Amino acid sequence: MSLNRRGFFKVLGVTGAALAIGRDLKASPGSRDSIDFRGVLYDSVRCKGCHGCEFDCAEANGLPPPDPAKDRPPVRQTSETKRTVVNEYNTSKGTVYIKKQCMHCNEPACAAACLTQAMHKTKAGPVIWRSEKCMGCRYCMVSCPFDIPKFEYHSPNPKIQKCDMCYNRLKTGEAPACVTNCPNDALFYGTRRALIKEARKRIVENPKLYNDYLYGENEAGGTCWMYISPVPFAELGIKEIQKSSYPALTKGFLYSVPSIFVLFPALLLGIHQATKNDNPIPEE
Amino acid sequence: MNETIPAPNDNDGKPIWKFLLGELKPKGKIFTPFNIISVPVILLGLVIIVIRFWKGIGAVTNLTQEVPWGLWIGFDVVTGVAFAGGAYVMTFIVYILKNNQYKSIVRVTVLNGFLAYVFYAGALLLDLGRPWNVINPIIGNNFGVNSVLFLVAWHFMLYMIAQLIEFSPAIAEWLGAKRAHKILSGMTIAAVIFGITLSTLHQSGLGALYLMAKEKIHPLWYSEFIPIMFFVSSVFAGLSMVIFEGSISHKVFGKQISEKDHKDQKGIVLGLAKICAGTMFAYFFLQLLVFIHNHHYDLLNTPMGYWFLLEMFGFVFLPMVLFFISYRTNNILLVQIASIMTILGIILNRLNISVIGFRWNAPVHYVPSWMEIVVTLTVLFVEIWVFRWVINRMPVLRGSPSWAKH
Repeated sequence: MSLNRRGFFKVLGVTGAALAIGRDLKASPGSRDSIDFRGVLYDSVRCKGCHGCEFDCAEANGLPPPDPAKDRPPVRQTSETKRTVVNEYNTSKGTVYIKKQCMHCNEPACAAACLTQAMHKTKAGPVIWRSEKCMGCRYCMVSCPFDIPKFEYHSPNPKIQKCDMCYNRLKTGEAPACVTNCPNDALFYGTRRALIKEARKRIVENPKLYNDYLYGENEAGGTCWMYISPVPFAELGIKEIQKSSYPALTKGFLYSVPSIFVLFPALLLGIHQATKNDNPIPEE
Repeated sequence: MNETIPAPNDNDGKPIWKFLLGELKPKGKIFTPFNIISVPVILLGLVIIVIRFWKGIGAVTNLTQEVPWGLWIGFDVVTGVAFAGGAYVMTFIVYILKNNQYKSIVRVTVLNGFLAYVFYAGALLLDLGRPWNVINPIIGNNFGVNSVLFLVAWHFMLYMIAQLIEFSPAIAEWLGAKRAHKILSGMTIAAVIFGITLSTLHQSGLGALYLMAKEKIHPLWYSEFIPIMFFVSSVFAGLSMVIFEGSISHKVFGKQISEKDHKDQKGIVLGLAKICAGTMFAYFFLQLLVFIHNHHYDLLNTPMGYWFLLEMFGFVFLPMVLFFISYRTNNILLVQIASIMTILGIILNRLNISVIGFRWNAPVHYVPSWMEIVVTLTVLFVEIWVFRWVINRMPVLRGSPSWAKH
């Protein structure tokens, strides 16, 4: 086979591209196109702010019942005793409610951060926390762009509290507790593809009611919980975050590790040998 | 600190356990200013540590759900490890580049580095909520290999072993173990090469820990180049610490140091000043490039912007110039001033990323509790106690026993 200059470069390019793609595939085995996670669509237009989901969540997870009337600072936050909260905002379209809980990212920063795989992205979709693996370093909290994992600071045997999409209920074929019990049908449980379809349908059928944006479709590289609302999400206290995966931010560094591990010792040994003969020192 | 009495370099004739028991006894005066200050602090710190394990981390720290890493990580670990960087730089210069000028300070630098890592790893255990699971990333099937922290944890562990091997000939000389000394000395170069590689990766890895906290760190400090910045700055952070500690050691442990080493010290300090000036220039230039690249000009005219400028000009550029001048004018005092400023600058930089600039826009700011500060001081003081114990017994600053030289 003869190989001219152009051909050589073609081969080089194809090989390079194949290598690059191959590397990417290896890095994210469960890319969002190949696996269809389960998730929930939260429709802020339908939510009437009854806080019922907060009570259902607390009951399902053995947490103390919330008191939404009592703790009413401007914005309530999820905490080590509240895995979900519903907040009320005064917007350009009147009062709008917004629910907060773990978004269950397709590529979760918390799971990538976890050095013991205690934070784990299940194949079904939920991101779960496993007590027997966790060493309580709280790196998941540092990394999560949504500030979801909460730590029991006042316990000698602290746990990380976060929504696990009722993983145990999911395993028996049930929907999460909050979805089952929502009286206003504001929560819609299904595969991620089905959620996107449903969200688009609702926006298209009622363009006046909905702001044309599906939050979570691309945020943080895509999340399993997605939101639609009557107003832009900036009005609901939701900060804009990057539209690509968070674990990807550390990929460059992690990829450099094997190279350094191979090249540095070789280089150092080389310098050591090169400087040896010219200037011998008495070894200790 | 106490006056030092030269230890016997040989334990000939005594059984080993008797020798070790004898060595455990304190040497020198007991009521020194350092002891009088450090003992109450350490005792108080131990009480706080008991409370921490009994009532939880929240009982003694001001950590919040928004700021989960405070002083114990931001200062003890992230800052402390940068200062321990002197060990890998010095071993590189002496064992790889074979620059014998610095040979007399390698041992004390490696000892400092080793103790720093041991105690910072210890401080890390205090910060872990579930420390009994710390074994998980080491054994078992729980390898979170995608985690930067996994990498850093393993590198800490392996680097501690490498440093122990680098230092072990001194232990063998102390115990008079001649055969062990020969074997351990033979492992030095391998440990050095391994250690430098590990250091490069975990010094930068500590910076890479913050890469995913993209929106949480003030944009003037966050960039994808944090790992490289951390690595480059660890070079002059470590060397500034070597200069600073050296100037104290030469006063406190002066009796152990030979006339020749005392005389050589000036040349060593000036040489280190030169390296500091060079790496600081590279670091400053990198920071400048990243700043221009990120287009955050508007942020300079804000309180955080002034803070950033203070760090960059007051604690990087200025000490760099001072290092340069001191090297040109053979001014040791100026080197020491510059090294202290550099140390402050590194503390500023690491805290700006891990604590001060972390959630800079949050309504409630994290300020460490007095108990967190006491525990940090406890860790530091116990480290100095162990350091002093070793210096007074093993041939670290003083020369090796005659049988170990050949």
